[in-house]
Amino acid sequence: MTYPSPLLSVRNLNITFASRESKVYAVNGVSFDVQPGETMMLLGESGSGKSVTLRSLMKLHPPKKTHYEGEILFDGTSMLDCNEQKLRGLRGAEISMIFQEPATALDPVYKVGQQICEMIIRHEGISQQEARARAKELLELVRIPSAAERLNAYPHEMSGGMRQRVMIALALSCNPKLLLADEPTTALDATVQVQIILLLKQLQKDLGLSMIFVTHDVGVAIEIGAKVAIMYAGQMVEYGTLSDVVRQPRHPYTQGLLNSTVHAGLRGQRLDAIPGAPPTLSSPLKVCGFAPRCPHAHEACIKGVPAPRMPAPGHMSRCLLAEDNASKEQLNEPSML
Amino acid sequence: MIKEKSKPQYDLGGPAQPLLIVSELVKHFPLKAKGLFTKPDVVQAVDGLNFRVAKGETLGIVGESGCGKSTLAKLLMFLVEASSGEVVLDGLQVNSPQGISIKAMRSQVQMVFQDSNASLNPRMTIGDTIAFGCRVRGLDSQAAWKQAESMLEAVGLDSQLYARRYPHELSGGQRQRINIARALALEPRLLILDEAVSALDKSVEAQVLNLLEDLKQRMSLTYLFISHDLNVVQYISDRILVMYLGQIVEIGPVDKIYNNPQHPYTQALLSARPSMDPDNLTDTLPISGDPPNPINPPPGCRFCTRCPHAEPICSEKMPPLLDGNIGTQVACFMFKDGSGHSKAKRQVA
Repeated sequence: MTYPSPLLSVRNLNITFASRESKVYAVNGVSFDVQPGETMMLLGESGSGKSVTLRSLMKLHPPKKTHYEGEILFDGTSMLDCNEQKLRGLRGAEISMIFQEPATALDPVYKVGQQICEMIIRHEGISQQEARARAKELLELVRIPSAAERLNAYPHEMSGGMRQRVMIALALSCNPKLLLADEPTTALDATVQVQIILLLKQLQKDLGLSMIFVTHDVGVAIEIGAKVAIMYAGQMVEYGTLSDVVRQPRHPYTQGLLNSTVHAGLRGQRLDAIPGAPPTLSSPLKVCGFAPRCPHAHEACIKGVPAPRMPAPGHMSRCLLAEDNASKEQLNEPSML
Repeated sequence: MIKEKSKPQYDLGGPAQPLLIVSELVKHFPLKAKGLFTKPDVVQAVDGLNFRVAKGETLGIVGESGCGKSTLAKLLMFLVEASSGEVVLDGLQVNSPQGISIKAMRSQVQMVFQDSNASLNPRMTIGDTIAFGCRVRGLDSQAAWKQAESMLEAVGLDSQLYARRYPHELSGGQRQRINIARALALEPRLLILDEAVSALDKSVEAQVLNLLEDLKQRMSLTYLFISHDLNVVQYISDRILVMYLGQIVEIGPVDKIYNNPQHPYTQALLSARPSMDPDNLTDTLPISGDPPNPINPPPGCRFCTRCPHAEPICSEKMPPLLDGNIGTQVACFMFKDGSGHSKAKRQVA
């Protein structure tokens, strides 16, 4: 199969954080591709490395304490080799990000219009008037009512859903190619969460954006759809289209995660919880990270980190139980690994 | 591990007496006055709540942020003082000369908070934290420590391994177990769980929910389960109470409300749940806008600014909480006969 060249391609990414006392091996060998106009989900529990992976794409981690290994190619540019100046040109203009907590991501002492204009002027060097007109269009794009007046509002004058819409407008202000969303709906109420999810899906389709969406909520992941990567202990343990992964989870962790998610049909039954807790990642992974909690673990599981296998076309699982039906050719397919 | 003593020692009113009766509970937080002669704005956090909790049941409380769920929990524990209204625990009014004191109430009602880290003292070992309440209640330190150890076992943690550790050495799920153990050390009858599983990961959340189910059976507890996660509330509750801007909009058995929500807000809230079926995604907005500010809320029905069925009557008068058709209580003019709403029956039956 031939693919157009991917917008983003991450190869064997390893991230370690070092402090004086300890080292944390947060991301261990993550590889993936994002095609132009494609949405990818990163689903995992806290500490699984999903946000660390996402932030590393913009190199947002503290430079002195973070050690990167591997390769991040964005539109032909190697992000890990970029200097701070070049990164500043890319951040916001080519890749932009929506954070979890809109109240802390916006500056409380500036009006939201000023904050959006600042970004446009900084990247595109257009006049204040033009920038303001663009800012108004952007607020209309994210469906904020009476946009012109809202430009003069401070973040504290807005509700949580409204602030998250401003964040999205800010992220889209310079027509980025890739939008990174770090749990953008987690801090919002259920009724507002659906509004934001539908808005993001619509915008992504209309503007042809590529999007990487991080979440811990299986329900949100299903609503967003597209492709999903399940993260555990800093590794991608399963990857595939969402309906494949939800219908036929191949990795025991994914099965456990789906079974322990509370939903309507489970009332009165005992929940199928995964025993134990995720590993601490203070030493490099030498065995399958899920083996201590896995009901199917056997000796082979603690003899080394399982290599990715392809039980079905386009479906990857890092588990020895998964049959490997893929030819070598498929494994090297750019969209996989 | 739990001793026989943990059965309710005094069951005053018998099984028919509700464990908790809340009547006309109001909490208004006045804000700073803007000028010398202007009236200060008032946050009507909890505005006239009436409900009962039967012995041994789990009442789930749902609503969006700012609807007064947590203020209600704090009012029930008397952590904040109510503006008016009364709380009756097993037939005895709390904080009144005829009833029981706040201190006596707190040995029967305990609370688990959302943030498992912030609610534990970082400088106390886990054993000391759990034993602290017992010592305050007059147990000698040895007996208190014994109780702490048995509570640790009850929540599924090895007391030999954990009793002398500090909170920072534990994971979030383990810390929340400690919080539950501390709340249960005094052998309460009512446990208020304020978003107790919201901060946990899904796989750990399932463990804690299983634990709560077990403990409820073994220690004959009554739960007040506050959460914004509708799936979790449905799983654990017998009855649910839906709040909107400090008021009850609907209350009733969980199956009836989830299968057939009557109030437009409950309908919107339930349809806003993410669908778990990849072939059947949400494509229409259940409701638009954000919840309005609880400062000076709209007169009349508080939901009328977002309600698809709003009519003039809704913004004039406050709908009372009345028995609906299917065994739930609903506060909506559409279900009040002769209210003047076009969807209500014209005649008073």
